[in-house]
Amino acid sequence: MSYRFGIAQINPKLGDVEANLALYEEKLRQARDKGVELLLFPELTLTGYFLRDMVPNVALKLSSRVIRHLKGLSKKVGFVAGMVEESSDYRFFNAAIHFEAGEIRHVHRKVYLPTYGMFDEQRYFARGDRIRAYDTKFGRIAILVCEDLWHPSTIGLAALDGALAILCPSASPLRGLTEGRVQDDNARYWEMINQAYAETFNLFLIFGNRVGFEDGVGFWGGSEILDPFGKRVAKAKYYDEDLIVGEVAFESVRRKRTMAPILRDEDLDLTINELMRIRERPSHLKIQEKAPRKGGLKVKGKKRTRGRKKR
Amino acid sequence: MNQIPTNVGLLRSILVSFIRNEVQKVGVDRVVVGLSGGVDSSLSAMLAAEALGQSHILGVMLPYVSSSPESLSHAELVVQKSGIESLIVDITRQIDAYFEQFPVADQRRRGNKMARERMTILYDHSARWNALVLGTSNKTELLLGYGTLYGDMASAINPLGDLYKTQVWALAEFVGVPEVIVSKKPSADLWAGQTDEGELGFSYSEVDRLLYLMVDERYSREELIAKGFPEGFVDDVTLRIMNSQFKRRLPVIAKISQRTVDRDFRYARDWGK
Repeated sequence: MSYRFGIAQINPKLGDVEANLALYEEKLRQARDKGVELLLFPELTLTGYFLRDMVPNVALKLSSRVIRHLKGLSKKVGFVAGMVEESSDYRFFNAAIHFEAGEIRHVHRKVYLPTYGMFDEQRYFARGDRIRAYDTKFGRIAILVCEDLWHPSTIGLAALDGALAILCPSASPLRGLTEGRVQDDNARYWEMINQAYAETFNLFLIFGNRVGFEDGVGFWGGSEILDPFGKRVAKAKYYDEDLIVGEVAFESVRRKRTMAPILRDEDLDLTINELMRIRERPSHLKIQEKAPRKGGLKVKGKKRTRGRKKR
Repeated sequence: MNQIPTNVGLLRSILVSFIRNEVQKVGVDRVVVGLSGGVDSSLSAMLAAEALGQSHILGVMLPYVSSSPESLSHAELVVQKSGIESLIVDITRQIDAYFEQFPVADQRRRGNKMARERMTILYDHSARWNALVLGTSNKTELLLGYGTLYGDMASAINPLGDLYKTQVWALAEFVGVPEVIVSKKPSADLWAGQTDEGELGFSYSEVDRLLYLMVDERYSREELIAKGFPEGFVDDVTLRIMNSQFKRRLPVIAKISQRTVDRDFRYARDWGK
């Protein structure tokens, strides 16, 4: 089956949910005119990205008026929105929410919150604790938000969980220039991993990035849809607003997976066993920092708490 | 030798888009820029003209009696070439009136006073013209602290602040800043015969290579010395960066309350925009 997926490469207003909601509505109208069946909005585009202390002011409970309004909008065209989700115990998540046929189909809370260099996400957001593929009317898909995808384990899990397509809403800032290229270094890196992931995991990769500037930091756009052969089905402009549409033909996933049944051959038990072993002791890199002791390697140090990395 | 990657074509389109975005979101469409006749302000003005249209840029020339006549003629060359609006405000009388009260002031005090006088004039015209003040400080100056706090370092938005001087030259040439401006020796022109490189004690091309590796590529002191930079040079530049950190920050505020401006009261400047 083939579907028309779209990406709204927009420039939202920082901290102005009402203005951005109007922008969402405008883009949904345009997408519907183009026959789009699922529209991806980039990360935090309902709120803007560098929110800092504004996070609690723009956060939305799933029972809020804005969410009800978004549900209503999805009766015409399904879409994935990027926003701050507030949980009942008052935690704030960098979330991407899939609205379909008047309902919430899925909520993905960003797991990997970059907190280095220009990024400060863990200061303001709580960390998501799951990676899940989920069923839609198009088939089984998964959402990973921006930095999530820089951790190959996330897309590996999503693929093993049956995802035929990955939606990756992003707010990726431009940085680094190299002579002779049409895009900045960060854009080039993303394009490389998007293509490699699509081909490696034999799935569609739908990457939606925003544009505009916030306090001088520019977002590079360049949204794209890649098929399981690594071919760019649709590509948006760099550094400028755009709305792109691409055919997502799931039969090409079947063809690719027939030719290269990598996922079929994946040894889950081996992976799990090795992960359990690795979790129980520090990595070999850590051991190498100290000289090996006589009589074999004895490892000191406390066990790592499960699944949590302290920073 | 390591070149600082520049990609002038991409840089130009990013900076033009930056100026347009950051100016328009404030709800204005004009900028005021002080034109010194040097490469930084010439480049800033020409990028702004490309972003907002030539009639939306006001270039203000602010000569002092001892300023080199060449500076003014170079600034006028930029006005001619770019077609922007312009204005000449001679600052001699107000500077001299002030220093009549403090006649022993040295060159540094006089230079700083002139830079700050110019700033107040630019801000006044930005209010008159409903415009933002466009900055011209480059990354080399910002890191070395080679500028006057609240003087030439003051602006609303600055397209050049993340470009080293050598990158400014490359971009200026590409954008079409008159060749005579790109090729002349950089000078603050605060007193006769002053040149940046003479005052700093090293050339821009040397210090830019060092700063690029030290700041952008995070080379350690040992790695820089192993790269061939003299120890004394590395230490001198490091000290300059440390000692000028105050110029790159807001004034230090005594923390009293739960939420203090710029410490735990954190908002983007583009708040709501």
